[in-house]
Amino acid sequence: MAADTRGVLEAADVSFQYRRDRPVLHGVSVAVGPGQSLGLVGESGAGKTSLLRLLLGLDAPTSGRVLFDGAPLDRGSRGLRAFRRAVQPVYQDPFSSLDPRRTVGDAIAEPLRSLGLPGGRGERAQRVAELLRDVDLPADAASRYPEAFSGGQRQRIAIARALAPRPRIILADEPVSALDTSVRMHVIELFLRLAHENGIGILLVSHDLTIVSALCRRMAVLEAGRIVEEGETADLLTAPQHPYTQRLLSAVPRLPAA
Amino acid sequence: MSALLSVEDLGVDVVPPDARRLVESVTFDVHEGERLGVIGESGSGKSLTALAILGLLAHPLRARGHARFTVGGAVVDAVSASQRRLDRVRGATVSAVFQEPLASLDPLMRVGDQLAWPLAHHRGLRGDALRRAILDALADVQLPAPERIARSYIHEISGGQRQRVAIALALAAGPRLLIADEPTTALDVTVQAGVLELLQREIADRGMSLIFISHDLPVVSAVADRVLVMRGGRQAELDETRRLLRSPAHEYTRSLVAASRRLDAFLEVHPHGR
Repeated sequence: MAADTRGVLEAADVSFQYRRDRPVLHGVSVAVGPGQSLGLVGESGAGKTSLLRLLLGLDAPTSGRVLFDGAPLDRGSRGLRAFRRAVQPVYQDPFSSLDPRRTVGDAIAEPLRSLGLPGGRGERAQRVAELLRDVDLPADAASRYPEAFSGGQRQRIAIARALAPRPRIILADEPVSALDTSVRMHVIELFLRLAHENGIGILLVSHDLTIVSALCRRMAVLEAGRIVEEGETADLLTAPQHPYTQRLLSAVPRLPAA
Repeated sequence: MSALLSVEDLGVDVVPPDARRLVESVTFDVHEGERLGVIGESGSGKSLTALAILGLLAHPLRARGHARFTVGGAVVDAVSASQRRLDRVRGATVSAVFQEPLASLDPLMRVGDQLAWPLAHHRGLRGDALRRAILDALADVQLPAPERIARSYIHEISGGQRQRVAIALALAAGPRLLIADEPTTALDVTVQAGVLELLQREIADRGMSLIFISHDLPVVSAVADRVLVMRGGRQAELDETRRLLRSPAHEYTRSLVAASRRLDAFLEVHPHGR
């Protein structure tokens, strides 16, 4: 019996290079499905962002395939709209990812409009109110502008927007790295709760082993365009096999024991 | 013993017509050989405090209060000193490294030529002695192949190497105090570990003092003897590092320590079980 690929986003042996530049990804395979969480950890230049762009269908792999629901992701295909709805991104910088001239309500409803999802103005407003509640923001936030909100609140808005079309998978690129420590914890908890409640799959890309450990059950370590180690997060933390994983783990600054 | 730097009731204002107070009532001393950490969120006033101490605030910002350096018996207040006196203090007594190494490095000059100026100006080196000192300075910050780095432009070396060059430049004139403002924030974690180790060793070897500014409590705790916590432009708390972590007095410090401990715990006990 074939494995169930419903709602699974998968990169199968993908390589990628920008025109004649050096390849940035070499034969990378990762997969995440509903209810699962996978963290891709790596430092600058490891190829995290390139891989994310492939998974979002923004670039096409030089070789290998990106699959969703078991079917290859072809740019321009009819399946693309369903894919866009099912896979939603959340980016690092909550300051640049929100248009300052549009109200928060507009920003959150934007994917509903651009994806052409059914429903009139009233239904959209109702959905926005529901989403604001989900991310612990007050209902009157809908009529205000992003500048009125702190970094942590803006990231909540970005998460609400990603949740709007009821995606099956969220691809998050350093979603808390720009936030202050005390706010970071709250956004992490929000992610965990939403993923748990809605069964959404999370693919998180981060340089921060701590964040990946907090959010993801599985983890893949990316070094210079290759996955050097992959497995259960708990196993990688307690018994990292690859020297790079070991180095990464020992370099994380921690508070001295209490 | 008198302090190397004595900051008293220091503030930073925006001058009229947009008059606003951005930093208020910051008071602390830094003694010889002491390492002070400054922690706070973005906008808490920690970098403005550093710029005020360096006498580097530019219009429309203006400092109030005092930031007195005691240099060989003489006292120079960075808040009120003339530009000429400030020039004598900066480099020789206090210098700085910033988050973005390009803040202190010139992209159009070779690395070696940038190091030559402070070495010649403050230490009076010329010719072969100067050339040797440039290579030594680069070797001190553990840059591989100092000759090659000296001939390089900043865009030809990596981010971690740039920050090492910025540190070499800040140390070149033999200052007594280094102000490091988020010096590892832009670096990868494995690179950060190396730069932190380097900073601490150089500071200890030279018997220098350090003001280390960061938003990252674990990093600050690893480096500092005492920690100053800033919140909304004010000094929330100042205490020895160990005591601050064990029994934080201010509510903000308490939430920060708790959040950091919980983040640390993710690396120890896994929330998703085995």
